[in-house]
Amino acid sequence: MAFKIIVCAKQVPDTNEIKINPETGTLIRDGVPSILNPDDANAVELALDIKDKYDDVHVTVVTMGPPQAQDMLFECLAMGCDEGILVSDRAVGGSDTWATSNAISAAIRKIGEFDLILAGRQAIDGDTAQVGPQIAEKMDLPQVTYVKKFAITDDMKTITVERALEDGHEVIEIQTPCMLTAIKELNTPRYMNIAGIYNPDKKITVWNAADIEVDLTTVGLKASPTNVFRSFTPKPKGKGMMLAGDTEKDLAKDLLIRLKDKHVI
Amino acid sequence: MNFQLTKEQEFVRKMVREFAVNEVEPLAADIDREHRFPTETVEKMARYGLLGVPFPTEYEGAGGDHISYAITVEELSRVCASTGVICSAHTSLCCWPIFAWGNEEQKAKYLPDLLSGRKLGAFGLTEPGAGTDSAGQQTRAVLDGDEYVLNGSKVFITNGGYAETFVVMAMTDKSKGNRGITAFIVEKGDEGFSIGKTEDKMGICASSTTELVFKDCRIPADRVLGKVGQGFKVAMSTLDGGRIGIASQALGIAQGALDVTVDYMKARKQFGKKLSEMDALRQVVADLATKIEAARLLIYQAADMKDKHMNYGPKSAMAKLFAAETAMEVTTKCVQLHGGYGYTKDYPVERMMRDAKITEIYEGTSEVQRIVIAASVLGK
Repeated sequence: MAFKIIVCAKQVPDTNEIKINPETGTLIRDGVPSILNPDDANAVELALDIKDKYDDVHVTVVTMGPPQAQDMLFECLAMGCDEGILVSDRAVGGSDTWATSNAISAAIRKIGEFDLILAGRQAIDGDTAQVGPQIAEKMDLPQVTYVKKFAITDDMKTITVERALEDGHEVIEIQTPCMLTAIKELNTPRYMNIAGIYNPDKKITVWNAADIEVDLTTVGLKASPTNVFRSFTPKPKGKGMMLAGDTEKDLAKDLLIRLKDKHVI
Repeated sequence: MNFQLTKEQEFVRKMVREFAVNEVEPLAADIDREHRFPTETVEKMARYGLLGVPFPTEYEGAGGDHISYAITVEELSRVCASTGVICSAHTSLCCWPIFAWGNEEQKAKYLPDLLSGRKLGAFGLTEPGAGTDSAGQQTRAVLDGDEYVLNGSKVFITNGGYAETFVVMAMTDKSKGNRGITAFIVEKGDEGFSIGKTEDKMGICASSTTELVFKDCRIPADRVLGKVGQGFKVAMSTLDGGRIGIASQALGIAQGALDVTVDYMKARKQFGKKLSEMDALRQVVADLATKIEAARLLIYQAADMKDKHMNYGPKSAMAKLFAAETAMEVTTKCVQLHGGYGYTKDYPVERMMRDAKITEIYEGTSEVQRIVIAASVLGK
């Protein structure tokens, strides 16, 4: 029986290129390219690496977003994933992380059986790192976040991961089915393949809210317990102070006095 | 008429752009300086299908078309023209003639290794005494039992030092002139076949350009590509397509030079103004950008005609002529826009200008392209 992996991915604006309108506090999205969220690309790469190493592995990418998010699924399929599913419906628009994970969980239940769910740690547009763990909770699955190293036994039942911490890492053993979130240290995502781009069998399915049989009172803007009321760019820090002095010793002394005054040292 | 790229073609550009920026550009200056063939890049290109773009998957090609192939060479050449021509010579000059002229056994035997990039290909037509006058072939092939015996040499062979499969022209019946030329498939390791001198070139220094030497080289008679006496046709039809590849290389060089120059002009200040704010220089950039776009349209049109099996020869000649001369003009002016810095190896436009020159020479000089174009307009 196939080992089934579901990767949760998101199409995001390339935040390297994005600016915030200081007047309105909204994102200026005009002309900003949309990309596969970088951490999600690491999750896709892990799935494809498992597919490369073992027979009969099936990788489905699931996402929620506007119709153009199909481009991101196209990219995932051109990298080698088997199938893409987009949940797209006005009813789920404006969802926060809680409502999003309700919709994605419903979509995963609709997909049916799976052995492993992967997601990126967080998306570069919101940086919340909440959707993956929420899906695991709602699906009642064991989860490990911040995965930077992965190994699986040949019977595909037991996974050993390294979970990155600020000052080290944990080694955790976990049984499938489970949920993992990937960080960029895990791997280097592959490029699309030209043959993948031209593969006519790429299967992308679009589901609306009715298709995933989700309770409409749990998705969308109104069902979202959090909402963003203002975005802003923090004011840049002021210019640094230039110290002047005749000798290096004078400069060092001056610096020490100032640091002591400010109780830095 | 539809001037939009397909979704697949757009994704090919996105993919090759990312690949080129991450894998090719960081090496470009070093491999140029060291005259080093980038074997590691060729392996990566193979992995991602860049060495079999416009061929069907049944032979392990990528299943793309000639526009996506043109985009591939363009994007590689935008950052490294040497890497671009490795792909172009392999694809257009070796894979294509075997695909178009080979019999089923030959296609099954050679194409999977070539299109998957497990083996690199090259093409041998030019000789010391037969450049533009390619009918003046001195390399002879004589049938001896069920083998042909080849004697002679070929020069300026792109990928020569690293290819394992070669499409080679030789004279089988000198009395018939052009119709006495036959195309053969030669393999690395064939008895009597060796790689001669490696050229020390002005540009595309990381590509391998060598001599091929045939000294009583014996190959089985079933290595004839097409029919005996069809070699000139094989060669000319191959070069029609090759011109799309070289035009794309020229386009990539020009676009790459303009892109780095735009960045430079936005950063460089003189007389209290950025170069990008100076009207006289803006006029120059407008002309360069226009010519690049015109070259691009000619190339994609020729590639589209090739995919549709139309008579694209004169169009690919126009594309190659215009793109090559555009590359030379754009790179020369981009060096000028950089001032003294542009003349140093600290900035890539110096390399790009050296690389651009060859596109006016190989796979048919600009003069030859004008002959082809004039014949299509005025008759022969």
